[in-house]
Amino acid sequence: MNGLEAETQFHVLAVDDSIIDRKLIERLLKTSSYQVTAVESGVKALEFLGLLDEEEDDDFSNSNCQRVEVNLIITDYSMPSITGYDLLRKIKKSTSLKDIPVVIMSSENVPSRINSCLEHGAEEFFLKPVRQSDVNKLRPHLMRGKKDIPNINKRKPVEECLSPDRTRTRLNHDLE
Amino acid sequence: MLGLSVEQLRADMNRLLAILFHQGVLDEQFLQLQQLQDESSPNFVSEVVTIYFHESEKLLRNLRALLVDKELSDYKKMGIHLNQLMGSSSSIGAQRLRNVCAAFRAASELNNRPGCLRALELLEYEYCYLKNKLHEFFQIEQQRMLAAAVRYPAPQQHRNNPQG
Repeated sequence: MNGLEAETQFHVLAVDDSIIDRKLIERLLKTSSYQVTAVESGVKALEFLGLLDEEEDDDFSNSNCQRVEVNLIITDYSMPSITGYDLLRKIKKSTSLKDIPVVIMSSENVPSRINSCLEHGAEEFFLKPVRQSDVNKLRPHLMRGKKDIPNINKRKPVEECLSPDRTRTRLNHDLE
Repeated sequence: MLGLSVEQLRADMNRLLAILFHQGVLDEQFLQLQQLQDESSPNFVSEVVTIYFHESEKLLRNLRALLVDKELSDYKKMGIHLNQLMGSSSSIGAQRLRNVCAAFRAASELNNRPGCLRALELLEYEYCYLKNKLHEFFQIEQQRMLAAAVRYPAPQQHRNNPQG
């Protein structure tokens, strides 16, 4: 790790309607020295991101400047009202936010759900309960997002989609 | 109480945990919680478990209220409560509770009222057992912390003391 990386503080927005899971993910992220904002719903997340009253196109660059920078969004899939999937779609449709990496968490292993999330731009899909080893996988995505540098030297080799473990990673980041 | 040594208390804690793991009451996720506890968050596990107890008791009350109504059992609402309970049980490593929730959910999806009642009884029983055991665990942990504080009263502690 070079000196520049040591100064960087990443800010993660965590979204989960379960208070226990929020506490867990917050602790997991903090032990990795990330700054964390944890909210209880997709609506609150959109509010925090400044997307709630906005149309997709932001002519209002003033509101963008006031927003806190978010380097990664990690969200539960199953939430009342706006699901994690809905949140993912809204973020990826936003010109100002589409480049923020999004990770989905779910307690259920539903392949069609997983594929759908990955296809629509989620970087990773974690099965709950989320563990330290899962959170360790966030760093390459954070590194890529923070600096607008081509990602060639920054990433670890990407996992195969068919890996038997509990996470799935999207391939071909270059095709973004 | 303070006559008990730190080592003895730690052994008691480990023995209790070993029993709970052996019985399948707790799983590895509980260990993950413990690993998240450190000097910056010294009460993390008991904080999470306390929240879990509050939430679970509320959900169990709701489930019982839904089942007591013989005329109309709202199985969909039961499913929602069960998903919540299942998720939080899984998150703290309460494996057995999680499994009973799964069985309960299966019964509710078939609108099987007797099955649901049986599952609820089992759920309440398992919950009581877990709560008692975890209270016991945290009591021993508190005693251990007290004993360790008495033993090392000086502010400059050696962090790497093997007996800590």
